[in-house]
Amino acid sequence: MIYDNNAIRLRRNLLIDIAKLVMDGNLFEDIDRMPLTMYPQRSDAVRCCIYKDRAITKYRLMAILGHRVENETDELKLLSQYAREALDRQEPATPVLTVIDQACSACQRGSHYVTDACRSCVARPCTVNCRRDAIEVTNKRANIVQEKCINCGLCVKVCPYHAIVYVPVPCEEVCPVDAIVKDETGREHIDNEKCINCGKCMGACPFGAIMERSSIVDVIGRINGDKKTVAMLAPAMAGQFPGGMKKLTSAVKRLGFDDVVEVALGAELTAQNESKEVAEKLSEGTALVTTSCCPAYIEAVNKHVPEMLPYVSDTPTPMHYTGQLVKNDDPDAITVFISPCVAKRQEAIADPTINYVLTTEELGAMLVAAEIEINDCPEAIFEPPASSEGRTFAFSGGVTKAVREHLDETTEIKPVQIDGLDRKKIKLLQAYAKGKCPGNFLEVMSCEGGCVGGPCTLEGVGKARNRVTDFANQTIEKTPQQ
Amino acid sequence: MTNITVKICTGTTCYVMGASQLLSLPQLLPEGLASRVLVEGANCLDFCKNGQHGKAPFVQVNNTVIPEATIEKVKEAIRQAAETD
Repeated sequence: MIYDNNAIRLRRNLLIDIAKLVMDGNLFEDIDRMPLTMYPQRSDAVRCCIYKDRAITKYRLMAILGHRVENETDELKLLSQYAREALDRQEPATPVLTVIDQACSACQRGSHYVTDACRSCVARPCTVNCRRDAIEVTNKRANIVQEKCINCGLCVKVCPYHAIVYVPVPCEEVCPVDAIVKDETGREHIDNEKCINCGKCMGACPFGAIMERSSIVDVIGRINGDKKTVAMLAPAMAGQFPGGMKKLTSAVKRLGFDDVVEVALGAELTAQNESKEVAEKLSEGTALVTTSCCPAYIEAVNKHVPEMLPYVSDTPTPMHYTGQLVKNDDPDAITVFISPCVAKRQEAIADPTINYVLTTEELGAMLVAAEIEINDCPEAIFEPPASSEGRTFAFSGGVTKAVREHLDETTEIKPVQIDGLDRKKIKLLQAYAKGKCPGNFLEVMSCEGGCVGGPCTLEGVGKARNRVTDFANQTIEKTPQQ
Repeated sequence: MTNITVKICTGTTCYVMGASQLLSLPQLLPEGLASRVLVEGANCLDFCKNGQHGKAPFVQVNNTVIPEATIEKVKEAIRQAAETD
């Protein structure tokens, strides 16, 4: 599957450029010129004209500086001013996703259309079956009267020529919780009362109009500061770069972090404690225990499936445990969690053990800006190494496997998995919470494939999973604690 | 008929800009061509260093450097190399 595209490359190029400016100390001087350098006079415009391209670039940079584009009150405010505020900022803010109004192309509402493949046949099952009389045949062609159509999709199913198509609004289509909606001008807005920060809209928008508020400048600033900085690499990071986790760890250290730890260490603690909790709760007669490590899932439960709350495990996430390990060592250390996830940003804001969150993309941009060749980095040694079960938290099924390994024979779990959230799965969760779950241990991952399939990955799920497995196999198996 | 060598740069810059996906090229080549093409991942080929070659990700098809490489661009370069041979 091809998942790369120009919108992604554009975003990554901007991240790299910003990282370079911060590292070279030229951010304030050069950032205002960036939109002009990208779209110089008489260059080809991507949109209607270079001026619009420049304006949108400015908003992209605003998001990369960690600002919420919707909050702009003065269009004359310069990027250099936003940059100063970014470097003075003490902590990241919510909401974590932002929509660039100007970049949103205001896609037509999701609608059905009749294509040229229509033969204006005699049978006309489309008109016969449409319950709203929304299909008329004019000029030897069926036509859908949009005002009457309710998008039931029946005509698509009955047309013998497959001549009717549904054209969706990509961001709305992938949102599992209907959190992204049009305003009166047709542009999209995120309803933060509903949004679970899964990041699916970001990847779906072909105009790149949805961005996350990056912490890249904050983190580079902190690395250059006087406090100890610790990079915490999520288990999924083992799959994201050539050379695997060992070379990546050395490369991250070369960025200037004082220490690099693997979050798989925290994942071990999550597995140990969650298995204890599962054993306890099931023996007390609880019908179901469900995992707590995926932040988008937890947000979905909080906002859309509250009836599931009593079944959610109380065990903290691998990120939290790892943050705690680091802060126990040095309470002043600045912790930076790095993973392919968007929702972790929100989780981290509520967690005092985590100071910043970077995505795989942002880390990649920093490595490029610092001209660090990962392939040339030495293989780091992990002391102590995390167990294989901690390391395989990165993909769907990993949590279940780890929890299961810690359980003794007195507890029998019947695991059920939800691998990737969409609208149907939210409905399924609502049913599960009402007692319809076919098992007693429910693992839910918002991203298909688990964290290795996150919204900010650099690598395809299959290859990433293989690399994670390789890395997990390189550890010495620990005996589960009873 | 000589073989066509395709080097996909997997240096940090190229990787971040999409080289991982380009590495799936062998599965995407038409059958007649696949047997003649040798695809290999390479350590940084240094094309990104001075900007004269354009932008990452880079792929080299025989002696031709392809900047901002996509699967389509690389396939086209391979077809051309096969024809001129």
